[in-house]
Amino acid sequence: MNFLCRKTFSTLGRRVVAQSQQQLWVRCMSNYSTANSGSKEHIQELINKDDIVVFMKGVPEQPMCGFSNVVVQILRMHGVEKFGSHNVLDDDSLRQGIKEFSNWPTIPQVYFKGEFLGGTDIMMEMHQNGELIDELKKLGIRSALLDEEKE
Amino acid sequence: MAITSEGLEKKLREELECTHVELVDESGGCGAKFSALIVSNKFEGKPLLQRHRMVNACLAEELKSIHAFSMKTLTPAKWEEQQGKS
Repeated sequence: MNFLCRKTFSTLGRRVVAQSQQQLWVRCMSNYSTANSGSKEHIQELINKDDIVVFMKGVPEQPMCGFSNVVVQILRMHGVEKFGSHNVLDDDSLRQGIKEFSNWPTIPQVYFKGEFLGGTDIMMEMHQNGELIDELKKLGIRSALLDEEKE
Repeated sequence: MAITSEGLEKKLREELECTHVELVDESGGCGAKFSALIVSNKFEGKPLLQRHRMVNACLAEELKSIHAFSMKTLTPAKWEEQQGKS
């Protein structure tokens, strides 16, 4: 766990430097919350839209919280680069709504095929015990870690 | 009142009948960041998500003011097995 964190945080550091201030500003302004973005109907739509959906702080290219970062980096290790992601820092209604929807007190939250998988601890444990590979397989995704082991 | 490791541990031991609890306050005393190792018979036969939900329910009030809480949930058998290894 510690090793992973150190590794992922240094990766994050480089990304942060690479991103210009202007891009940051545009991102902050681009996703204003709408009144009903935290409603059950809207969240249901979001989790149905993509096979993998992550509600997180920040965006995958620049997570704004260590826990959200860990989830993104775990998915990356398995070769998953494309997934639905929703930044709760840009949307307070969604931030509250998703906690109620999942009955889960913290962010990030991960959904696979519309089903709640868990937060960072659960992702980490499933990553370590191999279950994540099976869960990805159910979505028709072959984990990149399987190919890495062979080499 | 600030949340303390002792307070959290007491509640977990009572409500989840934990046989072993280790709580680390990683916030430097302000009570906003904890990591926990929770061992309980009640986890037996329950999937990971359900175990975490049990802990979340037990500490629902406290979690509102804790910024970061990470946990490991083990059955007594699994805990003993891990002890044996190390």
